[in-house]
Amino acid sequence: METFIQQLFNGLTVGSIYALVALGYTMVYGILGLINFAHGDVVMIGAMVALSVTRPLVGVLPGPLVLLIGLVVAAVTCMLLGFTIERVAYRPLRKAPRLAPLITAIGISIVLQQLAMIIWGRGYHPVPTLLPGGMHDLLGAQINDLQLLIIATAAVTMVALMLLVNRTRLGRAMRATAENPEIAALMGVNINRVISATFVIGSALAALAGVMVSSHYGIAHYSMGFMLGLKAFTAAVLGGIGNLGGAMLGGILLGVIEALGAGYIGDLTGGVFGSNYQDVFAFIVLIVVLVFRPSGLMGERVSERA
Amino acid sequence: MKRYPQLRMLATIALLLLLPFAVGTMGNAWVRILDFALLYIMLALGLNIVVGFAGLLDLGYIAFYGVGAYTYALLASPQFGVHWPVWLILPLCAAIAGLFGALLGAPTLRLRGDYLAIVTLGFGEIIRIFLNNLNSPVNITNGPQGIASIDPIAVAGVSLSRTLNVFGFEVHGLYLYYYLFAFVALLIVVVSARLQDSRIGRAWVAIREDEVAAKACGINTRNVKLLAFAMGASFGGVAGGLFAGFQGFVSPESFSLLESIMVLCMVVIGGMGHIGGVIFGGLLLAVMPEIFRYSAVPAQQALFGKVVIDPESLRMLLFGLALIVVMLYRPAGLWPEPRHRRELAGKKS
Amino acid sequence: MSCLLEARGISKQFGGVQALQDVSLTINHGEIYGLIGPNGAGKTTFFNVLTGLYARDAGEVSLDGKPLPLGKPHAISIAGFARTFQNIRLFANMTALENVMVGRHARTASGVIGAILRTAAARGEEQAIRRRAEELLHYVGIGDRTHDLARHLSYGDQRRLEIARALATEPRLLALDEPAAGMNASETAALRTLIEGLRADGITILLIEHDVKLVMGLCDRVAVLDYGRKIAEDVPEQVRRNPAVIEAYLGVGVGAA
Repeated sequence: METFIQQLFNGLTVGSIYALVALGYTMVYGILGLINFAHGDVVMIGAMVALSVTRPLVGVLPGPLVLLIGLVVAAVTCMLLGFTIERVAYRPLRKAPRLAPLITAIGISIVLQQLAMIIWGRGYHPVPTLLPGGMHDLLGAQINDLQLLIIATAAVTMVALMLLVNRTRLGRAMRATAENPEIAALMGVNINRVISATFVIGSALAALAGVMVSSHYGIAHYSMGFMLGLKAFTAAVLGGIGNLGGAMLGGILLGVIEALGAGYIGDLTGGVFGSNYQDVFAFIVLIVVLVFRPSGLMGERVSERA
Repeated sequence: MKRYPQLRMLATIALLLLLPFAVGTMGNAWVRILDFALLYIMLALGLNIVVGFAGLLDLGYIAFYGVGAYTYALLASPQFGVHWPVWLILPLCAAIAGLFGALLGAPTLRLRGDYLAIVTLGFGEIIRIFLNNLNSPVNITNGPQGIASIDPIAVAGVSLSRTLNVFGFEVHGLYLYYYLFAFVALLIVVVSARLQDSRIGRAWVAIREDEVAAKACGINTRNVKLLAFAMGASFGGVAGGLFAGFQGFVSPESFSLLESIMVLCMVVIGGMGHIGGVIFGGLLLAVMPEIFRYSAVPAQQALFGKVVIDPESLRMLLFGLALIVVMLYRPAGLWPEPRHRRELAGKKS
Repeated sequence: MSCLLEARGISKQFGGVQALQDVSLTINHGEIYGLIGPNGAGKTTFFNVLTGLYARDAGEVSLDGKPLPLGKPHAISIAGFARTFQNIRLFANMTALENVMVGRHARTASGVIGAILRTAAARGEEQAIRRRAEELLHYVGIGDRTHDLARHLSYGDQRRLEIARALATEPRLLALDEPAAGMNASETAALRTLIEGLRADGITILLIEHDVKLVMGLCDRVAVLDYGRKIAEDVPEQVRRNPAVIEAYLGVGVGAA
């Protein structure tokens, strides 16, 4: 039982991070119908920038303040990056064949990884602990401040995003563009601005996720964004791509399933499969869900129009 | 040239025969690169059936290459102590990979475009993870260490991995593999072209163009898509088998997502659905990074007097940039099917 | 006259909207049967249920006494029930000829092996497919556009090409979804001649149309849908006089005044 609660919390922490990244995928997909392959690498850039900013400040300023500074700088960098990526690699291809922007996205992903490797090197970077490492005993499980902070911040961010999308002018323009860009344009929505805004917001979330994930695991690496991005995209599809609620649900679900799966797979299979199959879980769950619900958990059922 | 198809064919064959010797003047390493390029061309042609003809985005294609490679490796290595002949294994590689293709397709073909993409990606990862971990409780794949000492391919009792003495000429094994690969690639080209111009190929393109209308034309889209998956996968399986024999060693890391993406890039950069373009894309993307590799160090030394950037990084960086630039300027690929080819071809006949 | 298509009690709901309610009709061999109704009456929905694109909530359809495999568009096509689409769905990047050749798919059999080996049987079949497709293109009057890409054809020619493609499946019943939409008077007149020719060649036709004049002039019998129900079914002269139909088209206000 204790393992269960423990794994549940671990899953919730990682799941919150997946959810934040998944939101970035799903927003872009909802509006452009594009798999933004480079999004995971934006997360990585966020983590790396934050690391570079915080390292010299450790011990100079109080930990939480350093973390905040790192986060802000990372967010601004990633927002600029997201804006630029859209401008350079996706906007010129809006009317091109469907796979062309997918290839530029892959190109951007490669470029970001290699630039990161050139700037920060191949090694794994330890991430300093910036928060007091207090452990709390919750229902028999050990959970630290950082985990609580991650879960809480993710929750607040998601609520804020929902409010932004559902209550503001920009949000309305985003929804209209997702529904039908041409008609939205006719209604006076500046499509280009909406798309740029989407990328900027998604990238800010990515920066946040990057700081969270590197702090959680205590490590940052130039290729850390790849698998994370993949998982988050899986989460977005699991929830129903293009659907914000779906991305959150998918992210959290995926995190929890993975953590529980890793914790129990040995017992379940009598030791035949070990936790090295953890990564398989995400994909098997995805395939099973999609076989029964082809549009994801919260996706709209799209009937073929005649 | 167009008027004399026989002449054109002769010229092609002559070029194919002489190419390794021309390339070989720069060293055997380049012949090896050429061999790999041919394997990639086979893969690109296989993926082209799925993505280019039938319009199904597959991001896990390399799994079939892996299935083929491990099929060969398990049937011709000390791993299980079996050493089957190559002419028996290669068809089996095609069949097993094709079976995996159908297996992947069966539950997923109801999915729309990009959902299918992520499921195929997941499938590719699942295969790789299993290859990585199936060394316990029963050791099948030997895990991350991979399988070594795989039997080289032998044709008519002659091992291709040794230098062959032909009338006093020493022909290096790399050249022998080249001719074998070129032969198989040519076969795959012919099969692709014939499929494209057939009832089945038309059904694939019809599904790509408009699935609802294809159904209304009486096409059982599920079966026809499955066929595309199976055909494409079987090409990948053959290439995988050849790879295992050529390399003498397989391990899971050769079948990562990056490889799937690489093959997809070949198809799209070359020109989806256009066999010539896909071949060109495969060749270009297989060779280009190698050129970057060989020029990265000397170019930097000439410019800065020392190596500033890790050549491996620089190579991938340039590769990523090239992908972006090519797509921005040629979104339909470098050599897409000429817009009026079909119209002109029709008028000629 | 014997009945070719019989639909019994078709119902279909979208969310809370009852798009079709208990619609039944029969189409006889060799007739041109019209289905009309105001916008949003459920014509196209009915059509999509019949041709298998939408799953129905209730009801049965049979073609020549055999139940149609509803929900499987390709099987319905194979059963001998072909259709065109309201908003033209051609294979845009294939030539006109290739479009029609695709229509022969279900009536031919060559597989992968035949294609790869180019067997005599496969080559013979391929030639037959091509010949038949060329005949059909001439039949619908676009024989001179054989090698043009479908998307390069004019609107009227695209409609004709869609009909040729449907004919290639050897239908006994051909359903045309608003074939005259967007056509000018001379194109419509030519379409009318084409449809009459089809009937003369023994093909039964179900025509869904907005152009009431075309329907009334062409059809043997007409059914009228309104709010998902069939409110009339009769020969055109009778339908024209039916008060329920007049009300549906002109609105209650006019009827009351």
